[in-house]
Amino acid sequence: MAVDRGSHLKRLEDESIHIIREVAAEFRNPVMLYSIGKDSAVMLHLALKAFYPSKPPFPLMHIDTTWKFREMIEFRDKLAKDLGLDLIVHINEEGVRQGVNPFSHGSSYHTTVMKTDALKTALTKYGFDAAFGGARRDEEKSRAKERVFSFRTANHGWDPKNQRPELWHLYNCRVAKGESIRVFPLSNWTELDIWQYIMMENIDIVPLYYAAERPVVERDGTMIMVDDDRMPLRQGETPEMRMVRFRTLGCYPLTGAVESDATTLGEIVAEMLIARTSERQGRVIDHDESASMEKKKREGYF
Amino acid sequence: MSQSGAAAAQELPETFAEYLASQEKKSFLRFITCGSVDDGKSTLIGRLLYETKLIFEDQLAAVERDSKKHGTTGEEIDLALLVDGLEAERQQGITIDVAYRFFTTDRRKFIVADTPGHEQYTRNMATGASTADLAVLLIDARHGIQVQTKRHAFLVSLLGIRHVVLAVNKIDLVNFDRGRFDAIRRDFETFARSFDFDTMEAVPISARYGDNVVSRSDRTSWYTGPTLLEHLETIEVQHDLEHRPFRMPVQWVNRPNLDFRGFSGTIASGRLRAGDSVVVAGSGREAKVTKIVTMDGERDEAIASEAVTIVLDREIDVSRGDIFVPPDHRSEVADQFAAHVVWMAEEPLYPGRPYLLKIGTRSVTAQVTEIKHRIDVNTFDHLAAKELGLNEVGFCNLSLSEDIAFDPYEANRETGSFILIDRLTNATVGAGMVWFALRRATNIHWQALDVSKSSRAAMKGQKPAILWFTGLSGSGKSTIANLVEKRLNAQGRHTYILDGDNVRHGLNRDLGFTDADRVENIRRVAETAKLFVDAGLVVIVSFISPFRSERRMARDLVDEEEFMEVFIDTPIEVCRERDPKGLYKKADSGELKNFTGVDSPYEPP
Ligand SMILES: Nc1nc2c(ncn2[C@@H]2O[C@H](COP(=O)(O)OP(=O)(O)O)[C@@H](O)[C@H]2O)c(=O)[nH]1
Repeated sequence: MAVDRGSHLKRLEDESIHIIREVAAEFRNPVMLYSIGKDSAVMLHLALKAFYPSKPPFPLMHIDTTWKFREMIEFRDKLAKDLGLDLIVHINEEGVRQGVNPFSHGSSYHTTVMKTDALKTALTKYGFDAAFGGARRDEEKSRAKERVFSFRTANHGWDPKNQRPELWHLYNCRVAKGESIRVFPLSNWTELDIWQYIMMENIDIVPLYYAAERPVVERDGTMIMVDDDRMPLRQGETPEMRMVRFRTLGCYPLTGAVESDATTLGEIVAEMLIARTSERQGRVIDHDESASMEKKKREGYF
Repeated sequence: MSQSGAAAAQELPETFAEYLASQEKKSFLRFITCGSVDDGKSTLIGRLLYETKLIFEDQLAAVERDSKKHGTTGEEIDLALLVDGLEAERQQGITIDVAYRFFTTDRRKFIVADTPGHEQYTRNMATGASTADLAVLLIDARHGIQVQTKRHAFLVSLLGIRHVVLAVNKIDLVNFDRGRFDAIRRDFETFARSFDFDTMEAVPISARYGDNVVSRSDRTSWYTGPTLLEHLETIEVQHDLEHRPFRMPVQWVNRPNLDFRGFSGTIASGRLRAGDSVVVAGSGREAKVTKIVTMDGERDEAIASEAVTIVLDREIDVSRGDIFVPPDHRSEVADQFAAHVVWMAEEPLYPGRPYLLKIGTRSVTAQVTEIKHRIDVNTFDHLAAKELGLNEVGFCNLSLSEDIAFDPYEANRETGSFILIDRLTNATVGAGMVWFALRRATNIHWQALDVSKSSRAAMKGQKPAILWFTGLSGSGKSTIANLVEKRLNAQGRHTYILDGDNVRHGLNRDLGFTDADRVENIRRVAETAKLFVDAGLVVIVSFISPFRSERRMARDLVDEEEFMEVFIDTPIEVCRERDPKGLYKKADSGELKNFTGVDSPYEPP
């Protein structure tokens, strides 16, 4: 089933396809940052639509922190294989050697080393001049100001004083050597739009989004799933099977589960409509330090 | 949140399927809010988000905490804090042009473009308005129509918005007085008449207390019109794009294998059916559309704003940047047009300076040949101008390096809009709206001459070229140029020297030394040098030519191997020491203005 013509989802779809095609046509070496989550799933689906019957003329890249849920990795590998897409998996090997992990180093250091730094290294290594990301403007109030095409200096910095005005559907795709642009084709989508679209278009998503019995411990007010035996349990913590699901996906030790009975897409959307908390609440990293999104963006985190 | 009449989740429909069906029929409205600082713009947007339940508990709790700390509303929650204020960033020098917010009701999804309300406003408003179909002009009921309101209305109209709402805010502070509201509405209607908007609606509101924003207020029982949200939900803006002539700029040639060749793009206007004939606007070549392809299957028909791929019945030359049009409703094709330009960069726009122009999916080199007038955005007066500064609006003639296809902006916002890009910094420096074609390419052809550049050069037994000498005054350009010419002459070469001072006595007698005049000075010299190259000569140009972009323009006029830039890199101290014409002394004493190296910059190669 495809979305209805004339509906707002169709408008969003068309707008995103336009953006994705524009990048493919104008940049020398684009890449799609694929994080395995629902937003990435939608972004990839839109890329497939944009170039059909051709395949997307760029590779996917996943920055693997080595702490993702196992089901995410399985899903990623199967998807790339089924679709016959070119998938680059990049791991910060130096970080792995140093044994960086979210438990002993803290979530913020872990994310900086294994995600932000890793991403910058990978972009430089492959010489990508454009990178698609699945961020949306509705995620956080400081993101409301982010442009669809976000200009980055040669060392991947986001210079808030040096962004280009965006008018009509005319995107300025010019960069000097070494500079790059982060492109956010889902800028104008909301979380609800994403779910409705996944439902209408029957898009495959990681099963972790659906409720199931999973082993969790409650830690600092957040339910964390014990995905493998690398997770050191604290005194008094015993994993307990609970009916839970995830609203966002990331590194398992940094992603909070919510209690839920939603086992179908319809139930997820229904749950969303009566939800009383925003999706970011499940992300441990946002509560960390005083780390504002603005600061993270400047450092190159999405 | 009980007062919300629009809350998406207020009552879940009987079945989930029913709910989804209702979501599917939702339409879409993009609007912009314009107001000055403290008119209540953030409060209004915060209220719309709050009452349409776009705010979650954790966000609300954060705002409640913040309200106590730095809210302006005492004990009550300050809705303005729900949207990140744009003023703070501006004070830090961060370029925030627009923030986009989203809310949705059962009927519509809305995207609001929110722009900071400070003085330097034009660029931001133009950006936000470029994708909006409606504008909410916010004013403070105590102050009525201000200069800014007029400026907002002008820019909104310039950017092609046909629907406006005048939100008369803080009606609580004028005791919900009907007389006050009516007076403001009358004022507005009088001055806005000339803009000829399709609809104008005035609504008395209190963003802070919610009157007439989402639900009707009983404190303004005299008001019988719709609430702000009711109006936004029901207004029909689906401007007749679908009923305009068909236009589709080609974005990407889709060629997965030898058996398939399609052209991907977004339909800018009109509709297309399989079997229709289309013409490539530039070349006039015609073909029939055999298929409209999407991943969801082939389509019989596609309409404006849809992203599709089309297949033609025969091989014709088509590439990215071309536009498909119907044979009986073709677009304009020209290399010169008149347009409104909004300037967005610190560095002014100079006529004669080359920029990159992006229109649709096409990029070409362009220059403004003349600024017909500048428009004062507060008084709408037309003023003479030799350059356009940041946030200024001008009506200009542009000349392009090649023919392009376009429509007047009034007829089509998608095919009549362009951006200007600086070729050195790659920054987006201007935005333009095409008014009309100046010289229709279809009527004027380049005069083809039988004797060519190469035959003239061959007769002289030489390769024509430009030797472009650049450097500070007193650096020794003329001396060296003179020596080079002597040497070339001795070898039997045909040469000519264009010297800065000499040319200023004749050809460029009318030009001064402002930045704008310097650009024009170089443009004329470059064009003259080009004619001499065409005549087969070796041309030696000896000009300070301080700006990189003009030297680049000169280079672009001739073939790559015909242009050699020679930088006479004498340190300024030495030039100053020499001061052969006593000019540095004059400049230092202030007697001479805009002197390169003293109070006007030199950009080395
Ligand atoms: N009495 C009253 N105050 C308002 C109303 N709307 C906004 N305000 C107050 O006006 C001030 C400026 O509002 P704000 O939304 O920050 O203005 P902005 O600069 O346009 O975003 C704040 O103190 C608001 O609480 C209104 O309808 N009535």
